[in-house]
Amino acid sequence: MKIANQKVSAVRLVEDALKKAKEFADYNIFTFINEEGALKKAREIDEKIAKGEPVGKLAGVPYALKDNFLSKEGETTASAHILQGFESPITSTTVAKLEAEGAIMIGRTNLDAFAHGSSTENSYFGPTLNSHDKTRVAGGSSGGSAVAVALDIVEFATGTDTGGSIRQPASFNGVYGLKPTYGCISRYGVVAMASSTDCIGFFTKSTEDMDLLMSVVSGKDSKDLTTLDDYYNETEVKPAKKVGVIKEFDNDSVDINIRNALKAKCELLKSKGYEIVELDMPALKYALAAYYIIVPAEVASNLSRYDGVRYGFRSENSKGLDELYANTRDEGYMPENKRRIMIGNFVLSSGFYDAYFLKAAKVRTLIVKEYENAFSKCDFILTPVSPNPAFKLGEKVDDPVAMYLEDLMSVSLNLAGVPGLAIPAGETAEGLPIGLQIVGPRRSDKNLIEFANVLKEDK
Amino acid sequence: MEINCETIEHLADLSNFSVSDTENKSLQKDLNGILKYISQLDEVDVKDVEPTYQVFEMENVWREDEILPQEASREELLALTKEQKDNQIKVPKVL
Repeated sequence: MKIANQKVSAVRLVEDALKKAKEFADYNIFTFINEEGALKKAREIDEKIAKGEPVGKLAGVPYALKDNFLSKEGETTASAHILQGFESPITSTTVAKLEAEGAIMIGRTNLDAFAHGSSTENSYFGPTLNSHDKTRVAGGSSGGSAVAVALDIVEFATGTDTGGSIRQPASFNGVYGLKPTYGCISRYGVVAMASSTDCIGFFTKSTEDMDLLMSVVSGKDSKDLTTLDDYYNETEVKPAKKVGVIKEFDNDSVDINIRNALKAKCELLKSKGYEIVELDMPALKYALAAYYIIVPAEVASNLSRYDGVRYGFRSENSKGLDELYANTRDEGYMPENKRRIMIGNFVLSSGFYDAYFLKAAKVRTLIVKEYENAFSKCDFILTPVSPNPAFKLGEKVDDPVAMYLEDLMSVSLNLAGVPGLAIPAGETAEGLPIGLQIVGPRRSDKNLIEFANVLKEDK
Repeated sequence: MEINCETIEHLADLSNFSVSDTENKSLQKDLNGILKYISQLDEVDVKDVEPTYQVFEMENVWREDEILPQEASREELLALTKEQKDNQIKVPKVL
């Protein structure tokens, strides 16, 4: 990435990014453009450079922030009406770490409201358009961030991945997208969706940039007790030998372009001396059903806090407090938010808990064990990210189950807590990006990023 | 199991939503579709399998029970609400 120095000023980098953000306004990428704030920070960095004072590793680097990260610049809305007007008095740890190294947020990006969705069509602010075809979806939920990087507006963007929300939009737009190991990056100051699967990660144009960002943000945070000690910067990279492919994912329900891309990468690996191992992972078939029980249950709990009382949108003209809650939540949530909250309350409710929530938690154990078993046979797994490339706007938005099926190959990683890196893997005949994901055991994030270099075509 | 009009009303109540009749119908259709999909777990044998609720490598993480300085002040937090009076958040009557 381009970093400000004596030759290239931070103001220049930020101005270029802001100019591009305006040029691509019709893609509906941003919910807020941080023009004044970004230029002010850029001038401060340039002054430091001029005086020869030290600047950070990301000095003057413009980036885009998914609109579910709290910071004091702009409203944090999670693209939901119910949070409109919320100006955060606190800064998320990730933003604080990035900005301490000199990165400059030029805009907040669009997402499916509360990150519920796989297309960014569930946003209160309307859909973001795909970077390669404006009639298609950006993917989701981090659609705005993926498109901001794919259109080269910014050097990198932040994302959150609860079930594929970084990897799927990354693959729909031809960029790198990392969902790290659960617990690797602090989630303090990020709008919670499902606490047992939520992860923070990035979109980048190169593996080197991904490594740099991970080195900056990884590690323990006293404000988030689910963070692990910084293993990322302590990792000694080991060469891999065996790469697994999942038999159950190689069938006719997966787009032929994606299957061919996976085969081509396997051939490339073989030519470089790697062994390809076929894996039977039958429990993965049930990952999506387990996910759409566990995650809505956690969503119902995490989203019970939005009631119009303390911050954000409040419905007017309510007679009593109960009516205020009900009206605010009714007007403030998108239909998909309501579906998830209600399904969550259903699977947790008396009489159904054992049949749904407890059952899903047991299936989760099978999935965790299946991954452990797989990694006793190979170093990494290479799989599709989603069954198809970017689909048409409006194609699935009225059919919740069709939209959920988009997440078929991405959710099991979140249930198991293992990392996955989406990598660009060519294009379809129509010019749509194809993505694949590399999956590794817990704490293998740095190795995953290194291994992605092996999968680049030789130039 | 079939989600009907009454189930939606019960779930709306649990979720603190006011749901119109039209919305109730579309929610029945959507939620039944989702329920049908997630019910495929019925075919999995989980006898003697322990549940997994979290994939963090630790059980309990303790800290001292002490008040630490907070990033946001009382005034800043109160400023976020729509209505306040005497340093309190104001809401419509409860009873």
